[in-house]
Amino acid sequence: MQVNEFKPLIVAFCCNWCSYAGADLAGNNRLNYPAEVKIVRVPCSCRVNPMFILRAFQKGADGVILCGCHPGDCHYTSGNYYTRRRMALLFSMLDYLGIEKERTRVEWVSAAEGAKFAATMNDFVEKVISLGENKRLEDLRCKK
Amino acid sequence: MQEIKREDLIAKAAQLLADGTVDRVIGWKKGEFDYDVTPAVFTTKEELENEFVWNDFCGANFSKYIKKEAEKSESKVMAFLKPCDTYSFNQLLTEYKFDREKVYVVGVPCNGMLDDSKIKESASGISSVTEENGKVVVDTLYDGKITLERADVLAERCANCKSKKHAAYDELLGTEGEVLDSKRFDEVEKLEKMTPDERFAFWQNELSRCIRCNACRNICPACTCEKCVFDNPASGVENKAISDSFEEKMFHIIRAFHVVGRCTDCGECSRVCPQNIPLHLLNRKFIKDINGFYGEYQAGAEVGSRAPIVDYTKEDLEPSEAVERGEENA
Amino acid sequence: MRKISLDKLDQLFAEISSKSALYIPVDTAAGAKFEKYDGTKKMSDALNTVRSAKDFFFPQTENLVDFKVEGKTIEIKETVKEDEDFVVFGVRACDVKSFEILDRVFLADPVDNFYKNRRDHGIIVSMACTRPAETCFCQTFGIDATAPAGDIECHKTTDAVYLEAKTDKGAKLLKSLNALTEDADASAVEAQKAQTKEVFKKLPLAGLDASAFGDGKTNEFFNAPEWKTLSESCLGCGTCTFVCPTCQCYDIKDFNTGHEVKRFRCWDSCMYSDFTRMAHGNPRLTQVERFRQRFMHKLVYYPTNNEGIFGCVGCGRCMAKCPINMNIVKVMKKLGGNK
Repeated sequence: MQVNEFKPLIVAFCCNWCSYAGADLAGNNRLNYPAEVKIVRVPCSCRVNPMFILRAFQKGADGVILCGCHPGDCHYTSGNYYTRRRMALLFSMLDYLGIEKERTRVEWVSAAEGAKFAATMNDFVEKVISLGENKRLEDLRCKK
Repeated sequence: MQEIKREDLIAKAAQLLADGTVDRVIGWKKGEFDYDVTPAVFTTKEELENEFVWNDFCGANFSKYIKKEAEKSESKVMAFLKPCDTYSFNQLLTEYKFDREKVYVVGVPCNGMLDDSKIKESASGISSVTEENGKVVVDTLYDGKITLERADVLAERCANCKSKKHAAYDELLGTEGEVLDSKRFDEVEKLEKMTPDERFAFWQNELSRCIRCNACRNICPACTCEKCVFDNPASGVENKAISDSFEEKMFHIIRAFHVVGRCTDCGECSRVCPQNIPLHLLNRKFIKDINGFYGEYQAGAEVGSRAPIVDYTKEDLEPSEAVERGEENA
Repeated sequence: MRKISLDKLDQLFAEISSKSALYIPVDTAAGAKFEKYDGTKKMSDALNTVRSAKDFFFPQTENLVDFKVEGKTIEIKETVKEDEDFVVFGVRACDVKSFEILDRVFLADPVDNFYKNRRDHGIIVSMACTRPAETCFCQTFGIDATAPAGDIECHKTTDAVYLEAKTDKGAKLLKSLNALTEDADASAVEAQKAQTKEVFKKLPLAGLDASAFGDGKTNEFFNAPEWKTLSESCLGCGTCTFVCPTCQCYDIKDFNTGHEVKRFRCWDSCMYSDFTRMAHGNPRLTQVERFRQRFMHKLVYYPTNNEGIFGCVGCGRCMAKCPINMNIVKVMKKLGGNK
């Protein structure tokens, strides 16, 4: 059997109030998800502007996932609604530029959904592994 | 050929200067060649008579100058605005960029502007560009008179004009036009129908020509930040040059994204690009998506409208659905 | 003088490119552009490329050195490589002249090794103009577009290309092509030159005169009130500086890749708000001063420092590309009393 050597780098932006707590719960419950997922905690998913996502790719990410509270549950009432519109437009634009749409994802994960967090990350990492290295949004200078 | 004559514009401007309504006029100044037109501020009738020009090359959008002039003094400035310019005008007002009371808008109907780079494709050594019987006649040093179809040398944005109706004016010269049913999204749809690989190759080729002159940003009526993130060394993304193809993509995605919901599709970005990159296709993609996802929205159609990017409904589609929807269209 | 018929031009290109990299102007959807010859490309007949030929010697970005920091040690990695030889074919007289202007900046003490390295390895094959555009004003600066010089000077007629070596480097290259070329007399070339010179007299900018500017005119023009109106419409973009064959200002910047630091230089533009920004801020606060800097540099400062040679070659690129059509010709006419 051929062993897939590719270890992707995944950046996960998680909102402080729901998704980060969800990740914590996943840890407390000893649920496994790949170590390649690097979490960046943000006050609200709405804090993430498109530049963050592009910068993550520039610095070597192979996939970027953004996690926030479920719509309606935002700690700041409406932050994630704005996130939803913003990312819908951004992802559609990335797709328009021919960049693989599976490399970016938005997922709503509450503080109680440790299992969903782990499952989401497992699924996302698997997807990115199947895509291979990020070539279309890479900065050659940042490659080792 | 434009419906209103140069003399009528000068007479109107001179009258407003004379009766004290305004003390400055923003208009177009003639240059070395027929297609060489520069935005300028006029203060006297004599200046207008000597240097004012109104022809098929008065494409420049005055938004940047209106903002600058309105900040300068307490008195009013007059600006001639074509229909597309008035959308930018309203958009700036929506963002409180200047005081409406300080600007007197004279609407001028527009019959579409010509693209001198398209003329230069078929004519070299241009001595003059005139119009005879609805056709563009170019007098050249080498090949004598060349007759071109107006449609062939019309600027891309004018061929896909979205509106002949002025969205704002204090006074209108000529007759009021209509909002048009334009084909401006056709090119976007063509790209959407390509495979991701083809799209990537297309944009890689287009964006690789970027020389980062920032003309697209600086001319953009919607780009009104006091300090651009790409000019700020503390931002970590400041880049004066294209050092890597990533930076081209980042700059152009962010540039287009930053004017989402504010871009009126005036087409200035593509007009000014020295490398002929079809930048409007990025902006139009966002406009098309907004229309498709959140309902029709035309930035600048009215003052004070709320752009979809700073609004939401509880039933909005998910980002994953947004991408899938693009696929269904393909 | 040697000549080669037009139908054998591809063989000439193939021969040159078999020994060193060859760049020729080719037509693209976005205008003419120098591209590496690959055996299939056809030479453009366009008057000029959108970007100038300065890119070959002074590229827009250039990696100078890399630093790698580990613990308390800094490793310095040289990135300069000895360049391979290359030939640029079809450079117009204005661009050829621009190399002389750049040389005076980069080859003066202290010598810029990056630039010198490229200059040493580059051979310029020029191409005489026959159909100048209305935006051409090279003759204002004493440039003869019918005798473009370079290492080898070329003249393209309806049926052949005539080649004449102008330097030792050019003579060596031309000699290596002897099998493809034949001896020719200069009569066809001279006739064409005379014809083109007549065209030059008829150009709309033929009467443009730069004599009001030049060495030592700083005080005369620096505080001219006209700068304010001239710069009024300037958007502060860098188009004119980036398409200009003689603009040579650059910035040196560091880029943190996450595992090392890349120090690179890139073109800068005096039109930008952060040009020559120092700790105390920017010495040129408004677009009036930035605009003045560009034209004073071309018309006054450069000649003052370089025996009266102007820093403009009249290629007309800025005239064609400025988003709002403000350019050096308008500046010269307004300030220099040209009509």
